[in-house]
Amino acid sequence: MFKRLKILITILIIQLMVVSSSIAEEKEVKDCFEKINRATFAFNMALDKVLFRPVATGYRKLPSPIRYGTSNALNNLSNLVTIPNNILQGDFRAAGINSARFIINTTVGIVGIFDPAQSLGLDKLEKEDFGQTFGTMGVGEGCYLVLPVLGPSTVRDAVGSLISMSGGDAWYNVTVKNDTQYLKESDYYYSKLGQGVDFRAKNLEAFDSLEKNSVDFYATVRSLYLQDRDRKIKNQNIKTDTLDDSDWDSLEN
Amino acid sequence: MKISKLLAYSTLFFLFLSYNYSIANISSEFINNIASKASNILSSQESEKLKMEKLIKIGQQSVDIDGIGLYTLGKHRKGLNEDEKEEYKKIFREYFLKSFSSRLVEYKEAKIVVISEEVKNEKYTIVKSKLIATSSRPEITIDWRVYTKDPLKPLIRDLIIEGLSLARTQREEFNSIILNNNGDVHALFSSLKKFNKQ
Repeated sequence: MFKRLKILITILIIQLMVVSSSIAEEKEVKDCFEKINRATFAFNMALDKVLFRPVATGYRKLPSPIRYGTSNALNNLSNLVTIPNNILQGDFRAAGINSARFIINTTVGIVGIFDPAQSLGLDKLEKEDFGQTFGTMGVGEGCYLVLPVLGPSTVRDAVGSLISMSGGDAWYNVTVKNDTQYLKESDYYYSKLGQGVDFRAKNLEAFDSLEKNSVDFYATVRSLYLQDRDRKIKNQNIKTDTLDDSDWDSLEN
Repeated sequence: MKISKLLAYSTLFFLFLSYNYSIANISSEFINNIASKASNILSSQESEKLKMEKLIKIGQQSVDIDGIGLYTLGKHRKGLNEDEKEEYKKIFREYFLKSFSSRLVEYKEAKIVVISEEVKNEKYTIVKSKLIATSSRPEITIDWRVYTKDPLKPLIRDLIIEGLSLARTQREEFNSIILNNNGDVHALFSSLKKFNKQ
């Protein structure tokens, strides 16, 4: 399994290098596998209709303390990927804050259900992952990808996810890779499913409205995903490239 | 001589400051006004149809629909002749108002608070605001790109929701339709007309 992952990562990195050098010349979206992506997107949408949307609707009916607690616990787990990436990006201050938040919330906050760290002045920071770390190192996003079930990604972000599953994510390591007395493989998959449902539940109306008002929903989701990743890589909470006036200046000509 | 020069420069400086200040104030008040009008409409007990009609009126008065329309065409704009441009503006106007009101009407409780603004230059001011959280949705940051070329008649050119630009998303969506139809911009016209008829 590990050997296969290594081969896959190598292939993807080679492709990433090739595409990232060409992307520098043109700012257009690189959707090299658009036909396959659109088919996968249609499959994901069907899956959403029969599975994720109904589950997310049901989840939304739970009392809000339960939803908040679940969301907090899942966010707490994501620190295990964020902290090493803070370090790789040279952001040691954020690594320190996230480590302190993780320790306090896992213990005092009962596996992260509560967020006592916030009351101690340790505010929640943006999540980081290996795809973002590659981005901060100047690696281009590569081709846009739509992964079955998981949804939008890019070659760079897919490589990042594979690194998470090859030792970069401590939560994956203690659940799937290593048999421990207290944690099972299924815990990892339940947590990922939980993250998906939590995200979907928070965006039920926004997603429906977007779908209803789009003339090409696939292109809309692609644009939003790529903009969001770009914003996260640049760690811009508010400003984006779209605030660059040059984008609009051509209208004046 | 030196004193008179200094006086002239300082007068110019203060004039510049007060000009920027007035633009910023106008933009903030403008957004505050729109947000409060929209909030009143959305929280009213009126029918959805009536709400949408009122929202469309707000859109017509406060958004630079033609400007956004041309922006969303991107590089394909240059290939259009004047008749095609006029046809596109008409189709886009209908599309925009329909999708704008339909998107907004979903928000039953919409309280927007203006936080600050940033005058980028004499043409643009970014007004920063937030949509207050409810029990079913978290707080959302919304930045408004206000076109202030005519400071007395500011117009909205883009909404940046949680860092994601609606105008840019629209441009990429339209570009995708055109490219998937061998660069034929009329395919976009057809898609928009189809949407408008729904």
